[in-house]
Amino acid sequence: MNTGPLKITPKGDRELVITREFAAPRKLVFDAYTKPELIRRWLTGLDGWTFDVCEVDLRVGGKYRWVWKRVSDGFLMGMGGVYREISPPVRLVATEKFDQPWYPGEAICTLDLAEKNGRTTLTQTMTYESPEALKAVLDSPMESGLSAGMDRLDKLVQSLA
Amino acid sequence: MTTLDPLDSVFAALADPTRRAILARLARGEASVVELARPFAISQPAISKHLKVLERAGLIARGRRAQSRPCRLRARPMARALDWLEKYRRFWETNFARLDSLLEELQAGPDRNPKKGKKP
Repeated sequence: MNTGPLKITPKGDRELVITREFAAPRKLVFDAYTKPELIRRWLTGLDGWTFDVCEVDLRVGGKYRWVWKRVSDGFLMGMGGVYREISPPVRLVATEKFDQPWYPGEAICTLDLAEKNGRTTLTQTMTYESPEALKAVLDSPMESGLSAGMDRLDKLVQSLA
Repeated sequence: MTTLDPLDSVFAALADPTRRAILARLARGEASVVELARPFAISQPAISKHLKVLERAGLIARGRRAQSRPCRLRARPMARALDWLEKYRRFWETNFARLDSLLEELQAGPDRNPKKGKKP
């Protein structure tokens, strides 16, 4: 598949920006982000997890709620928020808060879709409440621990660049 | 040992493409300012300025040898932030790979209700 690689870049001191290219017009990408029957097909998390709840009330002020379950022990991870802007097929803005939050306040997730020659460039911006909130996000405990060897570090830094 | 472990300054430092390129270079081994300046179309003083930002954020350390003062990466302060980013990336990469297939399928078979009728 010749879609561009995923990029994650920090912007300023409280934003993270994900960019990714898709070989499809943006209307379809927008649909995939907003129609529950389509969201269920791809936003299912990592291997070993199931996507148990996917509720979407797609209107400004409407709520969404997603819950994933870890199959091994039934651990539930839920999150949800409120839609703030819905401009198909270009832009979608929603708040985001986890059931067990590890950072203060809500984050705002902004999806921007640009289309060129039938291909879509997706830009997903996570805006945290404060630099402290982003710090808390990045400080969160990691399953993999702090075991970054130099090789891995090299790869990671390259991928940021 | 420093008590300075400010991830916000780490991120401010990472927000600049030249500084990210410098870190990527240092991840492959230590280098002098001259070596670091070479691939960039900017002056050595400008590079030195970037290095100061990186040093203040605790991301690099500089040797004491007077002239060259080689720079090297300090892995630990950065590892946490990068670890989280890697996990976040893996989450989205896994999902986006599935989204690729879904989009392909949607384009192949547009017999999905063209009007916005409700599914049974």
